[in-house]
Amino acid sequence: MKIIVCMKQVPATTQVEIDPETGSMKRSGSSTRTNPYDLFALETALRIREKTGGTVTALTMGPDQAVSMMKDAYAMGADEAVILSDRKFAGSDVLATSFTLSQGIRALGGADLIICGKQTTDGDTSQVGPALAEHLHIPHCAWVNGLVCVDSEKIQVKQELGEVTQVSEMKYPCLITVDKDIFVPRLPSYRKKKATQNREVKMLHLADLPDQNLTRYGSIGSPTAVDRMFAPESKARQIHLEGTVSQKTERLFALLTEQKII
Amino acid sequence: MDLLKFDAELCTLCNKCIQKCPFGALNMGEKGIEVNEKCRMCGVCVKVCPQRAIRFEQKARSQDKKDWKGFLIFAEQERGKIHPVVFELIGEARKMAEKVGFDVDCLIIGGKGTRENARILLEYGVQHVFVFEDPCFEGFRADIYTDAAAECISRQKPASVLIGATALGRSLAPRLATRFHTGLTADCTSLDIRENTDMVQIRPAFGGNIMAQILITDSRPQFATVRYRVMDRAKKVEAPSGIIEDMGISDEMRQSGIRILSSQVIEHQKSIEEEDILVVAGRGVKSERDVEMCRKLAQTLGGQLAFTRPMVEDGYGDQKHQIGLSGRTVRPKLIITLGVSGAIQFTACMNQAECIVAVNTDPEAPIFKIAHYCIVDDLYQVVPVLMECLKNRKEE
Repeated sequence: MKIIVCMKQVPATTQVEIDPETGSMKRSGSSTRTNPYDLFALETALRIREKTGGTVTALTMGPDQAVSMMKDAYAMGADEAVILSDRKFAGSDVLATSFTLSQGIRALGGADLIICGKQTTDGDTSQVGPALAEHLHIPHCAWVNGLVCVDSEKIQVKQELGEVTQVSEMKYPCLITVDKDIFVPRLPSYRKKKATQNREVKMLHLADLPDQNLTRYGSIGSPTAVDRMFAPESKARQIHLEGTVSQKTERLFALLTEQKII
Repeated sequence: MDLLKFDAELCTLCNKCIQKCPFGALNMGEKGIEVNEKCRMCGVCVKVCPQRAIRFEQKARSQDKKDWKGFLIFAEQERGKIHPVVFELIGEARKMAEKVGFDVDCLIIGGKGTRENARILLEYGVQHVFVFEDPCFEGFRADIYTDAAAECISRQKPASVLIGATALGRSLAPRLATRFHTGLTADCTSLDIRENTDMVQIRPAFGGNIMAQILITDSRPQFATVRYRVMDRAKKVEAPSGIIEDMGISDEMRQSGIRILSSQVIEHQKSIEEEDILVVAGRGVKSERDVEMCRKLAQTLGGQLAFTRPMVEDGYGDQKHQIGLSGRTVRPKLIITLGVSGAIQFTACMNQAECIVAVNTDPEAPIFKIAHYCIVDDLYQVVPVLMECLKNRKEE
């Protein structure tokens, strides 16, 4: 059983500001952390490995600095960590990112089960997991918040789809994206950290991937383009409604209805 | 770098691209601009060049835009009913369609009863509803839903496909966009269309701290998932003229890698942190009966009643429903505080709410400093009027 967990290093804070002159984003500091949802994915993989045996590989696309995240993955118990790093990957949107990950997975010889977090905290799109499944031509279940049964042939998962909970079964190879309620991620263990401190983090570059067509990667391979960024309008506070009680209340009702708040 | 093309005839040697390149990847060579290995294809030089002398040779997969026309809306069904976001998508699509002379069509996939729901869609002024009805589509299975939708899209060639940003929609849309090698903007809160049929898509990023405007200029169709409750619902049309088209379903299309074992309606008690709408009773609410009046308001609004600390200490509510440093922190879309003074221990745990309404007789109450809408008056008079407004709306 070979499990691959897709991970991403994200900015440590979601507090970002827009430079009013240039319209570009001011990233406050450069501190990063592992996307919290990916820790649930890694934990899920480690628990499945405890049952079925096999290996857990952590895979990310990102700059070389992602090594620190991968060292943490080792300290949690991952067997192998791989970074897809190439400057030609820069500027990737959902399509290019998921394609690059799929190429990385092919370069690693494929996987039985791929696990992603349900979303990242910087992009918030929740799209890379299902898109990756499509590139690999395998089925997927998103928003998984519980495992019903898992063995070496198949996996049964509980998904929350709006008003219903659905239990679905897939044979391998397949992909799941997991929600935060699935398991509590373990903390990195000091003993594992010591034991794996010299374990190498594998680097894969564009030259190592099966598809060499440059138009599929990075900003050229990305059909969406960010046209501009701006700060959301902040709502005015302390608006006093005047008149009789009925007038004030009816005004409030009208304001809330207009803004689709109620 | 082969993909960055430089046109020596247009270049005026203004040096802007070299100055602006964040990676120091450009230099002035003998035959004009040269790009070295440091290039990360960020596109800054393409943007800054006043002469448009630098361009990308090929962007994604360029499609002939003229071949792709109209809007296609995925009409999601939840427990046999059309999801309300669908009517909002129709409303928004019709507004955009008018600007560029497009049709608005729907695609509906599901089990028994799907065709009946298709009829409902016609009443909202869509031209075609494409129906896939088969027992295999009972319950959501990402792979075969993608196959069905993809077949409809290849046949119809819509310029844009709109899908609700629901759990189901956000599982389906990325697969579809990937299959067509095209762009998808997730979770849009605003849409518009340009004359050249490019959609202007706005979405929040970084947990809503920033808004990004996104374009898909060179590929079609343009996929967007749209949040529920941000757009105006479509109105019914007087004389619906649309038609329903049944789509053929082959045995191959029924082959799924996913088996549904069970499906259950979630009966889950929402915590106050999960609620979109909260009503808070503070010390201005005097008795058990008055608490019930506030609870009724909360229920009518589709939310829950919460309390300040003194109210919980007096036994009106439990700690799970207490907002404040010794209780819970909430960030709902709407919070209506009734007779709450607004001590810092309370406001610190709710001032991130998107809309704060405060009702209190004391004009000096600190709650008014953070409220968006302030009503200095008696809650015992305000609440009945508000209930009346809500009742009238329901009857309409």
